[in-house]
Amino acid sequence: MTATTHDDAHHHEAGYGGLRRWLFTTNHKDIGTLYLLWSLAMFLVGGAMALVIRAELFQPGLQVVDPYFFNQMTTNHALVMIFGAVMPAFTGLANWMIPLMVGAPDMALPRMNNWSFWLLPFAFAILLATLFMPGGGAAGGWTMYPPLMLQTGDAFPFIIFAIHIMGISSIMGSINVIATILNMRAPGMTLMKMPLFVWTWLITAYLMIAVMPVLAGAITMLLTDQYFGTTFFSAAGGGDPVLYQHIFWFFGHPEVYILILPAFGIVSTIIPTFARKPLFGYSSMVYATASIAFLSFIVWAHHMFTVGMPLAGELFFMYATMLIAVPTGVKVFNWVATMWRGAMTFETPMLFAVAFVILFTIGGFSGLMLAIAPADFQYHDTYFVVAHFHYVLVTGAIFAIMAAAYYWLPKWTGHMYDERLGQWHFWLSTITVNVLFFPQHFLGLAGMPRRIPDYSVQFADWNLVSSLGGFAFGLSQLIFVWLVIKCARGGQRAEARAWEGAEGLEWEVPSPAPHHTFDTPPAVR
Amino acid sequence: MKRNWRRGFGARAAAALVLLVAAMPAWADFGLLNMTEGVTESSRQIYDLHMRIFWITVVIGLVVFGAMFYSMFRHRKSRGVKPAQFHHSTAVEIVWTVIPLIILVSMAVPATRVLIDLEDTSDAEMTVKVTGYQWFWGYEYMGEDVQFFSRLDEASNRARQLGSGIDPSSVDNYLQNVDRRLVLPVDTKIRFLITAEDVIHSWWVPDLGWKKDAIPGFVNQTWTVIDEPGVYRGRCAELCGRDHGFMPVVVEAVAQDEYEQWLAGQRGDDGEAARTAAVDGDDAGARLAAR
Repeated sequence: MTATTHDDAHHHEAGYGGLRRWLFTTNHKDIGTLYLLWSLAMFLVGGAMALVIRAELFQPGLQVVDPYFFNQMTTNHALVMIFGAVMPAFTGLANWMIPLMVGAPDMALPRMNNWSFWLLPFAFAILLATLFMPGGGAAGGWTMYPPLMLQTGDAFPFIIFAIHIMGISSIMGSINVIATILNMRAPGMTLMKMPLFVWTWLITAYLMIAVMPVLAGAITMLLTDQYFGTTFFSAAGGGDPVLYQHIFWFFGHPEVYILILPAFGIVSTIIPTFARKPLFGYSSMVYATASIAFLSFIVWAHHMFTVGMPLAGELFFMYATMLIAVPTGVKVFNWVATMWRGAMTFETPMLFAVAFVILFTIGGFSGLMLAIAPADFQYHDTYFVVAHFHYVLVTGAIFAIMAAAYYWLPKWTGHMYDERLGQWHFWLSTITVNVLFFPQHFLGLAGMPRRIPDYSVQFADWNLVSSLGGFAFGLSQLIFVWLVIKCARGGQRAEARAWEGAEGLEWEVPSPAPHHTFDTPPAVR
Repeated sequence: MKRNWRRGFGARAAAALVLLVAAMPAWADFGLLNMTEGVTESSRQIYDLHMRIFWITVVIGLVVFGAMFYSMFRHRKSRGVKPAQFHHSTAVEIVWTVIPLIILVSMAVPATRVLIDLEDTSDAEMTVKVTGYQWFWGYEYMGEDVQFFSRLDEASNRARQLGSGIDPSSVDNYLQNVDRRLVLPVDTKIRFLITAEDVIHSWWVPDLGWKKDAIPGFVNQTWTVIDEPGVYRGRCAELCGRDHGFMPVVVEAVAQDEYEQWLAGQRGDDGEAARTAAVDGDDAGARLAAR
């Protein structure tokens, strides 16, 4: 079965070449590529900020930056990584792969697709420019809690504006994903036959549409508090600073699942391929994802156990949070069962996927510990939390994105990547990321708060280890950059089905995937 | 591809070794690995909860990762295995949904008990009001006519300046010392009223077992009973601006009679100066700290 009708694999829109091709493109593959390259660039920018943080924390005392700049780095590191690196990477993968996976010729709304990408460079230009404005950029943490956030200088409205633009971009991306999945599936592809990556993205897209406006509301209320005399979050005027936290985390908790659900989809695609065995428990994977998404809406206040909630509230949020362990556990068990009695090989995508399962589970364990409210009174706002969410977001989300990049690079470029470099990248990343983040559990338990530029001397040793790990992890990522450049330029030609055990419509079209695919929809059994 | 993997292995192992050696100096202090047991009944309960969940996760981890690694070694294509084709088992899936639920209940029951206890501030024998400022703490002994500010001590303050040239390890209790400690009696149920003047702070002494946010316009309450006399150090735990890292908390727990003496001493000139100063807010705090 081949659904390609165009002979010339790289047929472009009439009249557009060079730069204009990328500026005006409405092709899902071009836009997917733009998103992925953008996300890689932002990963390096956000990573550089993280290295400033680790350089300052290398030893006690202030050596490199002043405390205010340090706060700007922690804040912007988070904003850049979340909105600039992880979310656009997933959107890029969605753009590239969803139409191929469901047998559609393109995304449902191609012109909006172009716009949703091109908003991003503007949003981040504004966000990064705030670092140079009088009074400095955002330094109140990515959560932007008032009243601290209201102490920002001239940059304040620009930060809010930048985040609004990012939100608009995300919402448009989500609408496109939903419209494509619900309307453009090939005949015969029922919902319960869709690849898991498509399923997880469908659920993620609904999460985004549900919560991005909530974030927009919260930061708009900040804006009116600052400039229009409202007092939503000021007790002096009858408002409540904790109200902001409730609204923010009603967005923020589903947001962390926005950052991980597509990763579940990726890993559920890769493990069966290299285990040469169908995914275990497909339907329970779908239901587990949906349950996690539902639960993510009713656990927000577990980020706020220390704000002085009533006992009943604390109990409810503790129980609800602990419940998330059940569907998440089901997913992990299903991945293990998929590997069980398979015939496994360990190419780079599989290595990253396996590391994902192990390290994400460790992040899940610390998450379960954090769910226990009384214990959270000790963990809260310490490096234990930092370690927890970096296990989930770096060895979780980012490792899955890496796995996806290696898995589909042959499909995107038509060339196999350099396996030796890939293995180097994997082993260096996996070793150093643990040197970087594992000691942070110890630091947090020993009493080191997060977001501090300097610390008392008993924390010196583990911080030193963590910083060494940080620099090594950062440098290891340059291998990946080189590998991608090398793969795009040439290399061993990839077959249509680049991996022996790969299943799915994307492997039915040639590699590289032609500019236009599936002008006539493929038939799905 | 497989040959490449083997060839790369030696080099990768070497890289790992270099990293481990680079991390060597850190092995000097292995002491800081776990949460403190603390000096209160609640902090010990919390420590027990923490260890209980920790060991449960370790056991689950061993089982799950054990199964994974077994599978990765035994079920490799290079060993010539043929992949099985099973992909569903309702029985297995019910079992691995129900067992975690039972484990969760076994965690939730003790956690609930501790939480209910922690939130019960009734029958307190004395009350201390804690106020967070950018960037120091204010303490008021309710009904005792004693209040003062507590700031980072001078030695730490000098050493922490960017490019001060002072080695932090040469400063006693670098960043965890204050000019005036919060003195509290042991074996007394103390209620804390916690609030803030400008932005949100969080008052935390790990040995007491909890932290509580200090929120402008709102008063949170919590309690403690300290078992052993001693000096317990903590810090602000909520990002509160430029000097967030520089507002330590130092609690000195003393015997009841010693506490009474100390309190009486504070009602003298010192106490008077602090009361007047409190009216002027930040500037007064600076003057106090300079004293």
